[in-house]
Amino acid sequence: MKKETWKELTIGTINLDAGNSVKNLTGTWRSGKKPQFIKENCIQCLFCWLFCPHFAIHVENGEVTGINYDYCTGCGICSVECPTKEKSIVMVKEEPELAEGIEQ
Amino acid sequence: MSEFKTLNGNQTIAEVVRQIDPDVIAAYPITPSTAIVEEIAKFKANGLITGEFVCPESEHSAMSVCIGAASAGGRVMTATGSQGLALMWEMLYIAAGLRLPIVAAIANRALSAPINIHGDHSDTMGARDSGWIQIYSENCQEAYDNFIQAFRIAEHLDVRTPVLVGLDGFIISHSMEVVKIEDESKVRKFVGEYKPVYPLLDTNRKITVGSIDFTDYYFEHKRNQIEGIENSPGVIEAVGKEFGRIFGREYGFFEEYRMEDAEICIVVMSSAAGTGKDAIDELRAEGIKIGLLKPRIFRPFPHEKIAEALRSVKAVAVLDRSSSPGAFGAPLFTEIRSALYDSDPRPKIVNYVYGLGGRDIQVEHFKEVAGKLATIAKTGKIEEICGYINLRE
Repeated sequence: MKKETWKELTIGTINLDAGNSVKNLTGTWRSGKKPQFIKENCIQCLFCWLFCPHFAIHVENGEVTGINYDYCTGCGICSVECPTKEKSIVMVKEEPELAEGIEQ
Repeated sequence: MSEFKTLNGNQTIAEVVRQIDPDVIAAYPITPSTAIVEEIAKFKANGLITGEFVCPESEHSAMSVCIGAASAGGRVMTATGSQGLALMWEMLYIAAGLRLPIVAAIANRALSAPINIHGDHSDTMGARDSGWIQIYSENCQEAYDNFIQAFRIAEHLDVRTPVLVGLDGFIISHSMEVVKIEDESKVRKFVGEYKPVYPLLDTNRKITVGSIDFTDYYFEHKRNQIEGIENSPGVIEAVGKEFGRIFGREYGFFEEYRMEDAEICIVVMSSAAGTGKDAIDELRAEGIKIGLLKPRIFRPFPHEKIAEALRSVKAVAVLDRSSSPGAFGAPLFTEIRSALYDSDPRPKIVNYVYGLGGRDIQVEHFKEVAGKLATIAKTGKIEEICGYINLRE
């Protein structure tokens, strides 16, 4: 990915491409553990969606359908907050993988 | 119509604010700049200004409001001094980093401890690496003229860097002088209409302000910021000349007083330069070839021009109204000594710290310095590079 020289940058650190954090795949931060969604335990309370700091809980038509691993950092908050007796999200082992991110 | 008014420094700054009427003024009162804020509040209450006047809970918040308002796209100013400026510290760097052309009037005052309300340059000298352009004033008239020019310098498209204008606490801020207040329409025309570059309130162009940089971008953004202040000397010079053409008082980076054939020279900023000039006149009458150099712009430091002005003198004393504990000399001295390093010939140079906490400096003290300089010029020997004036030893 080509990075700008100091002369090419907009003054005042202004980012003219607002919202470009979508290109920053925070999923690459995950190391060792990832959440796994267990649909049959889920009561659709949406706590996981509410608490996820990276908007990585995938919701379709008002229902949780899974996890967006491009952005999930593996922090585990969703699993901790999940209120069902048998957890609907559990943290499972994952082999760390180095990712490149999206070309800008 | 221009008119002569009897004003103190604070009222003078408030007059500029009334004339220019910025979009947002955010300030918290602190001695000795309180009266600036008080006057502005009166103007606002009496309907003499249309800009928003915000009085937040602290100076840190005042500068934060300035940053927000300037990011939104407004012309913005504030006033403070001493502990107030110190409390703004982290926000000063952010204002400069975001290249926001905020203008601040600083009634220079000592920093605690011990607590003291009187004038010295400890506050602004502490902010010298914050990225702000620094202009110092000798009297109320200069404070008026500098504050008007500050908007033009800060807002220039090649500069877009905040500017602070220093006026010595009490000595200028509270002393009445006759000030020529220029015609309001002329002042407004000189300052011109403010055109923000990337206003946040422009909803047609969405931008992000203040996002994080990691190791891969911070360095480039900082270099990009430095370019703004490095572009400013040409603008400062042009604005100073244009001001002279229109209002009859031209400004440069520094003022040279009786320097034509000077063999020894005293460098001193702000109000003390006025006393210094009286001392120079008396010493000249005695046949001593002495001159005075009064820096006006401290950031960006006009190192080449100052070196050129001082290179042929035999001995120079730099007078600093602040200290830099543990450093090799006070701020102005280190700049000037460094500036002279590549000069050939170059003068012998000494440093005297004076006037901390508002301690007076009088003609006799300048004469004392002149006596030491004469000895150094004659013998070529320096006994003490860094010393103090009017201190009980």
